[in-house]
Amino acid sequence: MNFRARLGKRITFGVGITLAVAYFFPFFLVFVNSFKLKYDILANPLSLPVQITWDNFQQAFAKMNFFRALTNSLIITVFSVSLLIIFSSMLAYYLARTKNKTSKYIFLILVASMIVPFQALMIPFMARFAPLVSFNNRGALIFFYIGFGTALSTFLYHGFISTIPTEIDEAASIDGASDMVAFWRIIFPMMRPITATVAIINALWIWNDFLLPRLVLTEETQTLPLSTYLFYGQYSVEYGQAMAGLALAVIPIVIFYLILQKQFISGISQGAVK
Amino acid sequence: MPKARTTKKFLKFAGAPLAIFTIVLVVPFVNGFYYTFTDWNGFKTTKLVGFTNYADSFADPKFWTTLRFTALFVVVSLILVNVVAFGLALIVTSKLRSKNFLRTFFFVPNLIGGVVLGVIWQFIFNSALVSLANKYDWEFFKQSWLQDTNKAFWALIIVTVWQSSGYMMIVYITGLVSIENDVLEASQIDGASPLRTLFSIKIPLMVQAFTIALFLTLRSGFMAYDVNVALTDGGPFRTTELISLHIFQDAFLEGDFGTGQAKAVIMFLMVAIAALVQVSVSKRYEVQR
Repeated sequence: MNFRARLGKRITFGVGITLAVAYFFPFFLVFVNSFKLKYDILANPLSLPVQITWDNFQQAFAKMNFFRALTNSLIITVFSVSLLIIFSSMLAYYLARTKNKTSKYIFLILVASMIVPFQALMIPFMARFAPLVSFNNRGALIFFYIGFGTALSTFLYHGFISTIPTEIDEAASIDGASDMVAFWRIIFPMMRPITATVAIINALWIWNDFLLPRLVLTEETQTLPLSTYLFYGQYSVEYGQAMAGLALAVIPIVIFYLILQKQFISGISQGAVK
Repeated sequence: MPKARTTKKFLKFAGAPLAIFTIVLVVPFVNGFYYTFTDWNGFKTTKLVGFTNYADSFADPKFWTTLRFTALFVVVSLILVNVVAFGLALIVTSKLRSKNFLRTFFFVPNLIGGVVLGVIWQFIFNSALVSLANKYDWEFFKQSWLQDTNKAFWALIIVTVWQSSGYMMIVYITGLVSIENDVLEASQIDGASPLRTLFSIKIPLMVQAFTIALFLTLRSGFMAYDVNVALTDGGPFRTTELISLHIFQDAFLEGDFGTGQAKAVIMFLMVAIAALVQVSVSKRYEVQR
């Protein structure tokens, strides 16, 4: 390698490391300060803790009802994503395999609907669904996520199904398998890669969503972003506790990401290219 | 296939998802359009009122503040997010050994929801920077940035760039690695400099990635809500309200359902028109391979 190429590599590395530190710095501040006393935070937010206190975490755990919020987030995300996978894969299979005008128009409407921002229909939406929400708000929220997530998930599955040869369906049908059996036993297992993409994209969206849960959920059914926001609003002067609360909100998803990093990155790049 | 069997298959495979999609998305959307021409108060309508709700929306000076603020936000965040994201993508597709490690760091803010990110930065701007500024006498940070409309705008931009650039970086990485190696080798043999290769070979061959990334940032710029709520909540004096938050405040805080919904329709039209123009312009630059 010649001198110029080596220098270029050095510079790229320097810029990369500097940016990585800058990107991570806000999280560093949160973690460091979550172990400090209020006085130490105000004196110098950058310093490492002089004496480590776990009290902040204990307080934050209790006050933001961490386990309840985590359970709510998990229930809502798991149910919504599973149902979205089941429904949108079936819909996409039908639309991709039925070559007629109706299925073409349905597909076009689904694609066009992706441009509609939720805010454009939020007000009539809330007016219409108020009774359903007061009946069971977690169930209602899952129902809403299926409605709003169908278009993108179906679109992703549709693109993938087009690459599976129709001979496979025909072979299954000659062997006497019904439509449903053929789909779930043969086609669905072949779509593992795109199912992973659909799962990751929807899970990230639903786990972090704020506006819809804010409109729909009550105190008992709060998800993690909602309870973090309300907790911070109430205790932002208790800096240590507020930082511990933020750290608790960040940790679960980061752990999940570090375990499944490859799937996250390939899932997002697949979802974006389609 | 006999008609009855086709219908049965349609209902089995497409019935439930299409029904839910229609109930949740299509019906409220169509309703919303209709309500803007009536005296709807959130519960019932008694008569048609023509364009009154739209006229009222445009007569509201706060709405103009929001429109200007949103337009500026969309343009500046669109440019900065994409420039930074493209730069990050170039770094992590270079020959560095640490590139996967760097990619992890750049992507992490994207995993976390806008509210939590916004609240973290609220602490940074309101408390951490102010206390450091007083300690080391930095005039620039002594008063919180979030208390000044112009500085709060840049605070919003900083958080948005930090949050979204990781995602767009992935889009650009996908574009960069899709370029065939023999094209790059050919340009190297012809003696093209790295910069020349970037502008004359790489960028023209990955316009599709730009189309997608620009579309996504345009859409999320118009829809930005979480970071806005958590960082400034519209303050000081409703001067930093992006359009989502403005509609939310109008409808759910002040109870103006008619004008709120008219503004929501205006927002939809802006997003749709901007996205159509952007996509059709950038499609023109895409190369068939």
